[in-house]
Amino acid sequence: MKGELIFGVIAVLFVASFFYGMAAHPDSEFGGADGQAEDVIADLTGGTYEPWAEDTWFSNLKFEPPGGETESLLFALQAAIGAIVIGYFFGYYRGKGQAS
Amino acid sequence: MHIFEGFLPGPWWQIWFAISIPVIMYGMYKLNNIVKEHRELVPLLALAGAFIFVLSSLKMPSVTGSSSHPTGTGMAAILFGPAITAVLGTIVLLYQALFLAHGGLTTLGANVFSMAIAGPVVAYVIYKAGMKANINFYVVVFLAATLANWVTYVVTSFELALAFPAEVGGVMASFKAFALVFATTQVPLAIMEGALTALIFKYVVQVKSDALVELKVIKDSTLRKLKGTMS
Repeated sequence: MKGELIFGVIAVLFVASFFYGMAAHPDSEFGGADGQAEDVIADLTGGTYEPWAEDTWFSNLKFEPPGGETESLLFALQAAIGAIVIGYFFGYYRGKGQAS
Repeated sequence: MHIFEGFLPGPWWQIWFAISIPVIMYGMYKLNNIVKEHRELVPLLALAGAFIFVLSSLKMPSVTGSSSHPTGTGMAAILFGPAITAVLGTIVLLYQALFLAHGGLTTLGANVFSMAIAGPVVAYVIYKAGMKANINFYVVVFLAATLANWVTYVVTSFELALAFPAEVGGVMASFKAFALVFATTQVPLAIMEGALTALIFKYVVQVKSDALVELKVIKDSTLRKLKGTMS
């Protein structure tokens, strides 16, 4: 139980820090830090840097989600696949442990 | 930590590929050995891979007003070492680059290096050092996973700084600018990831501790102590 308790406390602190962040940045949409790096690059280069891989043969290999909905579907799918495997692992070995 | 497609100019994207590819190749060789000779460890391998899959799909908000990812690589690094973790991380990054327009193919080498090589190496070193120093197993796991996550973002800042040195102050000045975005946002997420990894390890100890001993992750004596205190 101790482990779960410590994890719970840290999780609560994390959520609290998020609410503090929401209060401290009322206008923020909590966009990705990955995207903010783009702004830093624009700052550093005076806005002259253009990403270069737009029209290359391999850029056609990729699937670009048409919008936020499809993107969130694929992210959710990624999480779901992982969660199934994790749940199966623990379920299988817990059951096996009880059977023996 | 995902550097977006096309955002690393030459020669940097080639350099990071050149560094990452040999590690991935070595990891695939080691992975092959496990699959061939230690079939009973394959489920644990799947667990470590799935953990990276789940965690890197989550975009978590941070106190700084932006969102970022856990990486999930600490667990695999502790269990299987950095080389195999590099392979698992590459699979995830490739999925995200191909289907989610998240990260990119040209920046894959750099992203693999930061998330799937540098972070795991740090986790592995901290884990080994911490266990040698006889610190509590779960505390060591927490530290290793937390720092693996955090270092991933420090290294990403470094990769970007090298490619985009500031006119005044050069690489160090840009490093500060990128680290301000990445490394600060990451602190609460890194702690959260460390705590989750430690909790998952508790369950692994409960259900499949023999595999931990076989992988030489923990000694038999440590394991008995852990199980003794568990209730």
